[in-house]
Amino acid sequence: MTLFLHELKRDRVKLIVWTAVITFMLSVSIFIYPQMTSQMGEMGEMFSEMGGFSEAFNMDKINFGEFSGYFAVECGNVLGLGGGFFAALLGIAALAKEEREHTAEFLLTHPVSRTYVVAWKLAAVIAEVLILNIAVALCALLSSLAIGEKLDAKLFFNVFLGYFIMQTEIACVMFGLSAFLRGNGLGVGLGAAFALYFMNIIANLTDDAEFLRYITPFSYADGTAIVANGGIEVKYMIPGIAFALIGAAAAFVKYGRKDIRA
Amino acid sequence: MKAIETKGLTKFYGKARGVENVDLSVEEGEIFGFIGPNGAGKSTTIRTLLGLIGKSGGEASVLGMDIEKDKEKILREVGYLPSEAAFYGGMRVSDVLEFSAKLRKKDCREEAKRLASRLDLDLSRKVGELSLGNRKKVGIVAAMQHRPRLYILDEPTSGLDPLIQREFFDLLGERSAEGATVFLSSHVLTEIGRHCARAGILREGRLIREDSVDRLVGTGVKRVTLSGASALPELDGIKDLKVAGASASFLYSGRPDELVRALAKLEFTDMTLTDPDIEDVFMHYYAKEGE
Repeated sequence: MTLFLHELKRDRVKLIVWTAVITFMLSVSIFIYPQMTSQMGEMGEMFSEMGGFSEAFNMDKINFGEFSGYFAVECGNVLGLGGGFFAALLGIAALAKEEREHTAEFLLTHPVSRTYVVAWKLAAVIAEVLILNIAVALCALLSSLAIGEKLDAKLFFNVFLGYFIMQTEIACVMFGLSAFLRGNGLGVGLGAAFALYFMNIIANLTDDAEFLRYITPFSYADGTAIVANGGIEVKYMIPGIAFALIGAAAAFVKYGRKDIRA
Repeated sequence: MKAIETKGLTKFYGKARGVENVDLSVEEGEIFGFIGPNGAGKSTTIRTLLGLIGKSGGEASVLGMDIEKDKEKILREVGYLPSEAAFYGGMRVSDVLEFSAKLRKKDCREEAKRLASRLDLDLSRKVGELSLGNRKKVGIVAAMQHRPRLYILDEPTSGLDPLIQREFFDLLGERSAEGATVFLSSHVLTEIGRHCARAGILREGRLIREDSVDRLVGTGVKRVTLSGASALPELDGIKDLKVAGASASFLYSGRPDELVRALAKLEFTDMTLTDPDIEDVFMHYYAKEGE
């Protein structure tokens, strides 16, 4: 528990900044909705008829003129991408930063096992992802109520659950990778999150790339798909959970026997 | 019981040699010096004993416990000061020390305060703002505040001013008097000579001698200094030759009668023959013939 609290304390600025930025952007998107609908008129239809562009962002499957559709698209853009990056950055740094900042020697010469270190660091990463999502969900809820829009509770829960699981998967996979790294994995983390995001866009554009949906977590955590289908697509989520477990397991195995450099 | 015992301890980094076949034996309660130049494998040996890196071969135990099976139990009893102590940048010194104590499930606040005051360390400073010497002090307090049975100190005095060095060795002396073991790795030989009863000399990954400091010093080597010498004696076994103006000084490890015969052929105005200090012993084990 000591290490868990220590990690939360170390990451607190990062967590506060990312939460504030994502919450702010999502709230702004929600607050401008009434103005947009009044001006949009038939624009909702136009948004869903922009061919490839609409397909890429699943806008052909939902009604952009309805709040649930609008919310799903904005949530996907802001929380999907922002949260995905945040999770990737947290995961990739968790173990590697100790060696990069030369603090591993200090930490690991205390009477704690490597398993203890990996377990509490992983718990801290997941907790931080959870805190971010709860804060964002609360603000989204309050912002929606403030503009007089009501979201279906089940849909709302499913959207946020999808994003939370997606971010946890990315964090776990990056965490596993982190155990193998010594230097700065920031580029790897961001690059991977970007790649996964685009895989989903490609999968939306062409049926030939359907297999990509089983690889990228953005498929089951796509707000528009969740709204359109009325829930998370479990068939895409199962491989995602498997990847997360493999990532976490890799961290325990690799870090347990890793030579720590000075 | 032995505080540290290794048999054939070997560590390779891939194909690169770390240490090879190190047989080390440190008695409980003694202050043991671990001498060697940079890259000899001192830190590798220490890091293997502490479980930071895995051994490639051999056996090792600390305080009678196996370094692999009982790693956490060992770490509970050990205070380790790394050669380059690094801490979490944004934290205050007191927070770092408290974090360390909590990981050990101990309350060390009183002891930390006492140690910090003796070492003249400000507990309220942020570690990121500290100089190398002050960071070292944080490392010393972190290694001592839980009153371990074994101190493993890697180049402990680098960056410390002479006054603090003296205070540090006083502290170590007190802990040693209470029965703790001190394993002191250094390339500052006067430090080892002054504070350690026994020492091991590591060279290119191998322990080449392990003995009492007195015996290491009295190893048959003499330092010969000649003033106003017309030439140098023609002898085998001359090392560490230093010529300064009309004065020449060298280490000699051969037969004394041969030395006298060779010197008799030379003209010189003065001569001293002394036991070598530990620096000289070091040269004896390290310098290549004729250097």
